Amino acid sequence: MAWDRNQMAERAAQELEDGMYVNLGIGIPTLVANYVGDKDITLQSENGMLGMGPFPFEGDEDPDLINAGKQTITELRRTAYFDSATSFAMIRGGKIAAAILGAMEVAENGDLANWMIPGKLVKGMGGAMDLVAGVGRVIVVMDHANKHGESKLLKECTLPLTGKGVVDRIITNLGVMDVVEGGLKIVEVAEGVTEEELRAATEATIVN
Amino acid sequence: MQKVYANANEALDGLLHDGMLIASGGFGLCGIPELLLQAIKDAGTKDLTFASNNAGVDDFGIGILLQTKQVKKMMSSYVGENAEFMRQYLSGELELEFNPQGTLAERMRAGGAGIPGFYTQTGVGTVIAEGKDVKSWNGKDYILEEGIFADLAIVKAWKADETGNAIFRKTARNFNVPAATCGKVCVLEVEEIVPAGSLDPDAIHLPGIYVHRIVQGEHEKRIEQRTTRKREEA
Repeated sequence: MAWDRNQMAERAAQELEDGMYVNLGIGIPTLVANYVGDKDITLQSENGMLGMGPFPFEGDEDPDLINAGKQTITELRRTAYFDSATSFAMIRGGKIAAAILGAMEVAENGDLANWMIPGKLVKGMGGAMDLVAGVGRVIVVMDHANKHGESKLLKECTLPLTGKGVVDRIITNLGVMDVVEGGLKIVEVAEGVTEEELRAATEATIVN
Repeated sequence: MQKVYANANEALDGLLHDGMLIASGGFGLCGIPELLLQAIKDAGTKDLTFASNNAGVDDFGIGILLQTKQVKKMMSSYVGENAEFMRQYLSGELELEFNPQGTLAERMRAGGAGIPGFYTQTGVGTVIAEGKDVKSWNGKDYILEEGIFADLAIVKAWKADETGNAIFRKTARNFNVPAATCGKVCVLEVEEIVPAGSLDPDAIHLPGIYVHRIVQGEHEKRIEQRTTRKREEA
């Protein structure tokens, strides 16, 4: 037993506090919005919007209203729009409390790789490098292992970095870990997972 | 001074030359200057460098200029949705300079504001930092990025008056404002030209000083990822 995608998103939502401005990445991080409950969270979309609403009803799609994943979305009563330079000024300027992002690899020193695999299709980093460099707290949500069953939490990243020493907390299907001096510290294990199982599935150094 | 032109081809007349650097607004297919891109295709201008967050899709946006091989180089943050782009890039026909999205926006803003370079934390310790000057403040490293000074800016707004004061709609503003400011000349396409005095001066997103030529036209405004929810979920 371990957490599924929705349970990972639900756990990640616990990281968010009332009043926070937050940027959610594509994939599992997008699901976090479904679990914020009564907390007053404002979502930023880096293409120029604060106060991102849900997908529109069929027939209400507006080509002028999309999120950073280019999906049609809606606005809320609190929504504000701005240009891309202003959007990244608030990101770089530390105004966004947290970013919840997916990753290909995370190293025990907080290095993050989530934008390219050499020799494979290179799509670009988009706003990921700006986000991890600028926001208050970087939370990675990802599967613990890659599709070959190998740990994605490594001693050192093998892929080109998105940011150096930028990750604060990692939430995987097996549990929650913090990047601390000397390695990763287990904060919590997923339901039905033992600490030994988590350690065994992790290449990165785990400190007590 | 007359800024309004009859169509996009006339609005670009005399401004295009082979090998030029063009800054373009838009994010994905949202808020792209679709009429001006078509006019550049019609003009057949070659060896273009585009500073643009994305490269369109195969048959829309900058993609139409990739099909005709008019583009030499892209300065972008994300080019994932374009198969022809990938083909040309992987075969070495097309140069690509990846810029983190915020760095690209700030490079345009800086160019437009007369700032030739700035230091940013974005990209420190990554391939983006290779070959760039590094300075430290308060124990943190920052890399030097250069302002973009484009030969031409092409942008799209919702409405503008005849003097070029423009307003954008929702997330279609995106790169259009920084791109507009960094061009030696800026050509603006809009859905509607309105009489001077009809826009609230307190609500102008792009003041007319940045806009040299304006053209009005019909826009397709294609949606890249149509995502919806069912009504009964409400």
